[in-house]
Amino acid sequence: MGKMTLEELRNLRNSAKKEMNKRDTEGKDIEIIIGMGTCGIAAGAKETLAAFMKKLEENNISNVIVRQTGCMGLCYVEPTVEIKAPGMPNTIYGKVDAEVAAKIVVDHIVNKQLVSNHIFDRPAADIIK
Amino acid sequence: MAYKNYILVCGGTGCESAKADDIYKSLLSAVEANGLESDCQVVKTGCFGFCEKGPIVKVLPDEAFYVEVKPSDAEEIVKENIIKGRLVERLLYKEDPNSAAKKDADEIKFYQKQVRVVLRNCGMIDPENIDEYIARDGYGALEKVLFDMTPDDIINELKVSGLRGRGGAGFPTWMKWNFSKGVEADQKYIVCNADEGDPGAYMDRSTLEGDPHSVLEAMAIAGRAVGASLGLIYIRAEYPLAIHRLEVAMKQAREYGLLGKNILDSGFDFDIEIRLGAGAFVCGEETALLSSIEGNRGMPWPKPPFPAVKGLWGKPTVINNVETFANIPVIILKGGKWFSSIGTEKSSGTKVFALTGKIANSGLVEVPMGTTLREIVYDIGGGIKGGKAFKAVQTGGPSGGMLTTEFLDTPVDFDTLVAAGSMMGSGGMIVMDEDDCIIDVAKFYQEFCVEESCGKCSPCRIGTRKLYDILEKISQGKGQMSDLEKMEEIGSAMKKAALCGLGQTAPNPILSSIKNFRHEYISHIENGKCEAGKCKHLVTFTILEDKCIGCTLCARKCPVNCIAGDKKVPHVIDQSKCIKCGACYESCKFGAIVKR
Amino acid sequence: METVNIKINGKPVVVEKGTKILAAAKKVGIKIPTLCAHNDLEPWAACGICVVKVEGSPRMVRACATDVVEGQNYITHDAELQGVRKTVIEMILADHPNDCLRCARNGVCELQDIAADFAIREIPFKRNVKDVAIDDSTPSLIFDQKKCINCGRCVQVCQQLQNVWALEFIGRGEGTRMAGAGDVLMSETPCIKCGQCSAHCPVGAIYEKDETTTVINALKDPELHVAVQIAPAVRVAVGEAFGMEPGSISTGKIYAALRMLGFDAIFDTNFAADLTIMEEGSEFVHRLTNQGVLPLITSCCPAWVDFMEKYANDMIPNFSTAKSPQMMQGAVTKTYYAQKVNIPREKIYSVSVMPCTAKKFEITRCDDMKSSGCDDVDVVLTTRELARLIKRSGIDFATLEDEQADSPIGHYTGAGTIFGATGGVMEAAIRSAYTLVTGEELEEIDIDAVRGMDGVKVGEVDIKGTKIKVAVAHGMANVQSLIDEVRQAREKGSEPPYHFIEVMACKGGCIAGGGQPYFTDDEVRAKRIAGLYQDDKECTIRKSHQNPEIKQIYAEFLGEPNGHKAHELLHTHYIPRQKYKK
Repeated sequence: MGKMTLEELRNLRNSAKKEMNKRDTEGKDIEIIIGMGTCGIAAGAKETLAAFMKKLEENNISNVIVRQTGCMGLCYVEPTVEIKAPGMPNTIYGKVDAEVAAKIVVDHIVNKQLVSNHIFDRPAADIIK
Repeated sequence: MAYKNYILVCGGTGCESAKADDIYKSLLSAVEANGLESDCQVVKTGCFGFCEKGPIVKVLPDEAFYVEVKPSDAEEIVKENIIKGRLVERLLYKEDPNSAAKKDADEIKFYQKQVRVVLRNCGMIDPENIDEYIARDGYGALEKVLFDMTPDDIINELKVSGLRGRGGAGFPTWMKWNFSKGVEADQKYIVCNADEGDPGAYMDRSTLEGDPHSVLEAMAIAGRAVGASLGLIYIRAEYPLAIHRLEVAMKQAREYGLLGKNILDSGFDFDIEIRLGAGAFVCGEETALLSSIEGNRGMPWPKPPFPAVKGLWGKPTVINNVETFANIPVIILKGGKWFSSIGTEKSSGTKVFALTGKIANSGLVEVPMGTTLREIVYDIGGGIKGGKAFKAVQTGGPSGGMLTTEFLDTPVDFDTLVAAGSMMGSGGMIVMDEDDCIIDVAKFYQEFCVEESCGKCSPCRIGTRKLYDILEKISQGKGQMSDLEKMEEIGSAMKKAALCGLGQTAPNPILSSIKNFRHEYISHIENGKCEAGKCKHLVTFTILEDKCIGCTLCARKCPVNCIAGDKKVPHVIDQSKCIKCGACYESCKFGAIVKR
Repeated sequence: METVNIKINGKPVVVEKGTKILAAAKKVGIKIPTLCAHNDLEPWAACGICVVKVEGSPRMVRACATDVVEGQNYITHDAELQGVRKTVIEMILADHPNDCLRCARNGVCELQDIAADFAIREIPFKRNVKDVAIDDSTPSLIFDQKKCINCGRCVQVCQQLQNVWALEFIGRGEGTRMAGAGDVLMSETPCIKCGQCSAHCPVGAIYEKDETTTVINALKDPELHVAVQIAPAVRVAVGEAFGMEPGSISTGKIYAALRMLGFDAIFDTNFAADLTIMEEGSEFVHRLTNQGVLPLITSCCPAWVDFMEKYANDMIPNFSTAKSPQMMQGAVTKTYYAQKVNIPREKIYSVSVMPCTAKKFEITRCDDMKSSGCDDVDVVLTTRELARLIKRSGIDFATLEDEQADSPIGHYTGAGTIFGATGGVMEAAIRSAYTLVTGEELEEIDIDAVRGMDGVKVGEVDIKGTKIKVAVAHGMANVQSLIDEVRQAREKGSEPPYHFIEVMACKGGCIAGGGQPYFTDDEVRAKRIAGLYQDDKECTIRKSHQNPEIKQIYAEFLGEPNGHKAHELLHTHYIPRQKYKK
């Protein structure tokens, strides 16, 4: 999109909002969101990302979109990953190394079970609606 | 198939030792006993904070947050909450009625101490995708100021919000903007101070990495308010990822016409450039920062004139730090009044802290102003690592002071911290425990200042060094009581006569610790003792004859071969050769080596 | 003038808006101590000693850098302020060598004075003196960073007043220090040796290379015939070292002192200044009448020459090839004078007394400085060194009876003496150029357009219908705009904006040279300049071409101005040079 007018910005906002809420683009209804701040990367988030991609491919899972975000604030348990899957609570996992990433794919994404010992709480509610 | 309910049992160290495992087992059997295995999953989690109130159990999707749960409560949780869908009231967390922090109770789950205003998008959106920012009302504030507000409206909204600069001193942001707006000039500048330099602080880096557009949008709003068309972000070159994210964000914003000429056909021009800093701490001081942007050595100049009136290249310049800017779009969108409802009367809004040191859960926290240190350290940070005793917390980095247990219930805001002999600073918060020596910590900060002083003014350049010299002497057991007075004399001269904030505040860690930890200084000076065992010269390692079995491990670990003894015969340390490295102490498996 | 009503220690005073507290206090007779503020410079606010209180505020502010505000009462001295200042001074002394007895500034040191006033008897802090080697790599100046108190004046002078940028702060934190740009030896920096850094240094960290002992040794050598010349600006400044007012004309006393010191021939650079006018004036007239390269730019100032060779060497064709008066005097001393007294040039030892540290460098600038066959000038003393030499020899300067210089190269006109002030070379040149062009004498010879302290002065002189546009710049930073104008015109191929440009590196001209007595500011400059114009007025002959000794030397020795012999002895050439060596 090129330079926008006020109206175009408003239209874009509305459609982007729907998009964010729907989170089902091209048949991908599960999201893996990896914290890619300096803290996350330093703790190995890039390896974590690679592990997710590998495991998803191994299991022929195609309905997952992998995305990045900034620091969630849980620096003591980096790398952190949030999983959004239909029918399950949005879950933040911490200390997600390659092994845990593989386990998340199998247990959480395939078998719809939470993975023990790696769940952390989002530190704050989203008050800016 | 997904479960209907999830029971999360906190498995953090604190809760674990408080029988979390028993609770987990009890819950499992209660679920089985009621035949709910396929409806309800019981999971052990990482630490949830609130370790003092542990063990914690959380039930999803109800968001029920149970504290101080006992194994015997398992049955009730399953029966009531899972089966009947009713919360177990008696176990629910109840807010500390003494907390001074105002929070918007309707919107926040009350067990959460944190509120995300600055970090609203961090960890929520993809920072490299402008659409996601826009979806979360991004650039809505810019839209509003361009089409629905006059520059005076903008400044008034800030005034109502009570927003104070988050860089340290807490100067009212609206006043800065208003000064700049009031000066006639052919060019004005908006500068974002992203030269975050306090040891252990990384709030601004995380904000820029997680939500770069919020800062860009705010700078454009500032430009609109004061009549500037160019913004500069001064960021340290050590933040490559933040720089990258900013560059991507700027490119996207320009493509959308949200930066550049004639933004959204409003006739308003605003663009932003990045200037890299070389990582000098003093360049966080606004006049030194401007010198650096101008291509000169980063040395402060005397104020007044203030940059808002005469700044970059002599032109009116608004300088705010990253966190201050990140608040602004929200204030414009939700209103100054809404913002001022968060926090305390004189310090509205939230503050982001980088909580580090001897804290169980280090991390980036954002709390309403007025939250107590206790809430931050214990409820959010999960208390002291390894269950050790809390000793002090340093706020404000090298410019701040050390606060003792007596300040734990002090609500944190700009003014209370100053009254307590510290300062807000940019948001570093370093927690110390019983193993930390106050003299050692003060020495660390002083050494930092010795190196980071710009070297321009003598009170700072020489004063920091003289203070360090005296601390060093004390840490070697060669101090005298008169040294304390000497440090206070130097410190007060620096506070009064140093040119900029760096020098004026550099003695704070020392002055506050002399006040709050005087006994520790006395113990070093008069008794030649460092209780924490950090000051090498004051520590002796000795081997207890009755406990040593002569395993020879310590002798093998000793890097200077000063431990002698035959196999199976108690060993002896030659004190004249010992370099106090502590390798023997660490290696001994029999507790036979003592540090005194 | 917009004024502000304030109080200093309760005493009301009205000052101009924008006045700093330090200056306002001075108006009511209160001296606020400082080690970094200087009237020549923008406040740098380094030392931290000038702090004062504003009644009603808990903070202290820097008096040097803070504008007065209507209605405020400033407390400049109380127990707390004295305590803070004393602590800061003690800290500065803790990092200073405190070797006053062996210091070039012993007795004329701002730090020494302040330490005395504050009755510093001990230094209660750990000593920490910088460990940096002395840099004596230039022939002019010595840099001793151990003594530096980081006041920043030298760096400001070098960068802001002189636009040379040979000095800068390097290092960080406690290791911050002034140094040659890039921390190389001064000889490898673009330093132009103007010595303004040494003139502004409050302590003994930058000082002239002292040659007094060299001169004393030459004087005692029975084989040598020691000749001396004194520059125009020396006569209105050296007296300050003996308690005289700045601007007091002490030419006769200097001659007497030099004679007492044992110099064999006492000459005056003012003679060579007249000679310079003959050469440079003729060169100008020649270029003017033969479509030569214009503007002609003066070359008397060696610091300016050095600057031009490094920063503006595209201007070489514009530069006058005439040597400076010092070098002309040296050349004729060892040739014309040597012939007259029949002493071989090798036996003549040529000493000059200059207000300038760059003159020490000029004598070896290129081989043209050996036009007599050996060094035309053997050694240069600055005014400060001359004062030292006189004191060391026990001469009570102030009470000396006036004496005369020696002939045949010792007498001067009013035109020669004003060389020491900004605009003086131009004024002297105009007085003679008029005659050279028209054959008639100029009646009104005080050229006000080129006098005064404006950084750049422009004017127009009517030589019988020919309008001559002249410009004068002093203080190296002021030169840039003129150079830019000339370059622009050259690039466009248009008429040059000026016909003649005078440049002196130091603000005010040689009277405020880097080798002059300390504590020079605009007030002192004005007095010294007034002294030179007074000297000019008192001269019976005020035009160079009318100097009988000048007529004599052309008739007996040189032939024509700009003639063959004159070119051999009195002219030079210029070489484009790198700013940084290596």
